[in-house]
Amino acid sequence: MSRTGTGSTNDPRRLLALDPAQIRKARALARKAGGPVVKIAKRHTTVSVERAVLRLAGLEGADVEGIPWVSRLVDVVREQVGLEHGVSLPVWDALLRTEDDLLTLAQKAAAGSVQFRIPSGKDSIRAAKAARSAVSVGIRRIDTNRRQRDRMIAKFGNPPAPWIYLIVATGDIYEDIPQAQAAAREGADVIAVIRSTGQSLLDYVPEGATREGYAGTYATQENFRLMRAALDETSAELGRYVRLTNYASGLCMPEIAALAGLERLDMMLNDSMYGILFRDINPIRTFVDQRFSRQIHARAGIIINTGEDNYLTTADAVEAAHTVTVSQLLNEFFAKEAGLEDWQLGLGHAFEINPTVPDSFRLELAHALLARTLFPDAPLKWMPPTKHMTGDIFNGFLHDGFFNLAGILTGQGILLVGMMTEAVVTPWLSDRDLALQNVRYVFNTAGNLREDFRPPPDGFIASRAKEVLGEAVDLLEAIVDDTLLDAIGDGTFGLMKRPANAGRGLEGVVAKDRDYLNPATDMLDEGATR
Amino acid sequence: MSEKTSKKTSIVRPYGDTTGDGMVQVSFTLPVKHDKRAEGAALQLAKKMGLDPAMVVHAKPMGPDFTFFIVYGSVHHLVDLREVVVIERDYPLLSPKEVNTAVKKGLHRPLVIVGACIGTDAHTVGIDAILNIKGFAGEKGLEYYTELKVVNLGAQVAVPDLVEQARIHQADAVLVSQVVTQRDAHLHNTREMSAAFREAFPASRRPLLVVGGPRFDESMSADLGVNRIFGKGTTPGEVASYLVNALVPNGEKSA
Repeated sequence: MSRTGTGSTNDPRRLLALDPAQIRKARALARKAGGPVVKIAKRHTTVSVERAVLRLAGLEGADVEGIPWVSRLVDVVREQVGLEHGVSLPVWDALLRTEDDLLTLAQKAAAGSVQFRIPSGKDSIRAAKAARSAVSVGIRRIDTNRRQRDRMIAKFGNPPAPWIYLIVATGDIYEDIPQAQAAAREGADVIAVIRSTGQSLLDYVPEGATREGYAGTYATQENFRLMRAALDETSAELGRYVRLTNYASGLCMPEIAALAGLERLDMMLNDSMYGILFRDINPIRTFVDQRFSRQIHARAGIIINTGEDNYLTTADAVEAAHTVTVSQLLNEFFAKEAGLEDWQLGLGHAFEINPTVPDSFRLELAHALLARTLFPDAPLKWMPPTKHMTGDIFNGFLHDGFFNLAGILTGQGILLVGMMTEAVVTPWLSDRDLALQNVRYVFNTAGNLREDFRPPPDGFIASRAKEVLGEAVDLLEAIVDDTLLDAIGDGTFGLMKRPANAGRGLEGVVAKDRDYLNPATDMLDEGATR
Repeated sequence: MSEKTSKKTSIVRPYGDTTGDGMVQVSFTLPVKHDKRAEGAALQLAKKMGLDPAMVVHAKPMGPDFTFFIVYGSVHHLVDLREVVVIERDYPLLSPKEVNTAVKKGLHRPLVIVGACIGTDAHTVGIDAILNIKGFAGEKGLEYYTELKVVNLGAQVAVPDLVEQARIHQADAVLVSQVVTQRDAHLHNTREMSAAFREAFPASRRPLLVVGGPRFDESMSADLGVNRIFGKGTTPGEVASYLVNALVPNGEKSA
């Protein structure tokens, strides 16, 4: 496959002559809009953040009802002493007093035989020290995993861009594994295991290997471990590192991010506003959870994928083009604030313009180039058409071909392979094979076309890109005037009104006390390993 | 129409490029490695499917264990149009735009829907597939419809709370999802719910009661005391179209 061009200096990142002052203004507005939200995020914790701390300290497993021990323990601590101080001080204080291990303590607490307290003075210092030492084990495991990934990539090499991203979604992890391995052999650089419908609204992470899901497979630590081990095998067989993707979204973002770091996942879907807008999750809960999960992703060397494609499936892809740009800028701000670097930002966008709109392909090129130009060092996640896939698989195959062509011409980093059977069935083996043939056809025949692709500065594509950027700046100005939380409450994004005092998971948000302690965030902030 | 012509037009075969040629194309995958025998196997399948003569026009290995085929052939089968039976949905399927227009013109206010999972059922998969903007099967959920006001109460809602919320929000329709079926919990919960609504509201002001879940029998609505039951695979568009048909005066006509 020819994906890289042959020594051309015709870089898609420099094809549009956008006004640098306007780009700076757009970023400054995103910072201004996001800043107050970060302050709120820092002042709160959530049940899922606290459970993630316990997971990093090695607490695994679930009770007979399948409720994870981390959930049990956090619930009991909250009931007895509240979560304003975090879970770490009362838990490690109790551990020091009882000399139990973490699992035994959780079991005893669930049975009602542990009395928690907020330690003070020397007890508090001892508990904090013990907590940090326990959590550091998980942090170091994340670091070790990152080094191991780096070593494997150094040995096998990175695939050329765009990386070919394929989805597996059987509901049964033991069916997913051979399918994922087959997809990797057929050419996938990235395997994404879609989650079961509704997992984003579960306020706990299921346990163990799972064989039953609705239109996807549950994200669990054991499923992560099984799939990563299988892909390591396939990576060695193929001599290239096959990346694994899952979803840190919904109510358990922090915990799933921690599990991803502990089990060496490579990419995670992680959007700053998706859960709020599309799942009616409380905005504060989302921003707190998101910040913690992104700190973990930053540390783990995980590439995040943001969800801007969703705006285009709900609103018109031409009219709403600028909302994608605004969301990308906000996602970038929140990501950088949490410590992620440019190479970790798989900012999303999608090929969703109605193909019967005249010049729809030129509009797509304009939007894709705009993202490429605004975020020159981010990989960018290029999402295939779904909204205008009708069941006419023949037409859909052509539509996907144009999507692939736009992706290669505009230098996208991660290409989610479109299926002609989108909206018909979950992909068959042959659908995936045909879709990859489509990709290869376009890359072989037109991969180097970008050397000849120079949209004129006063032409249709450049003008449209400027127009969208202008609309994005206008919208950002309105958001800054209104504040981001109010803008979300007013229905500025994706048509949904989501007030800050409503939505799922609100009951899991707690304002921090002055003495709040979270050894995980401390170590992530400091970059410490001990 | 004479007997002769009616008979002539009622029997049809697939059309390739000549009337009556019966030509069809099919594609499929067999779990065998690609060789002569695999192509023979594809032909055998095609013959058993009624394609005769059949031609394997394309065979491609997909990995070591699978082969993909495209087969053309002529089918013997005849279709008698007089014997075609179509089960009509008893309400027309409307697009989101048509639903919004119908509600606007027919009700002059948003149509209010209160949704919940009742009893101990914590599986919000069903209610969320119908209500969340994310939707299901490529269709957006009811939250996406500008003229539908959706109040999703989530899981494990007690029946009295559901009745109270329906009253507060002046619900036109109440949607209840039930996934758990142990000891017929879904049937028991639904009967309890419909009885509570009958008690709390006079018939003229009672919201439309709709339940859904993968194990319901769609013909049991009278038995369970609800207006409608939706089974497995129901999409948000079907529910929205039904609500317009049932609740909006001249619903489908004004759309």
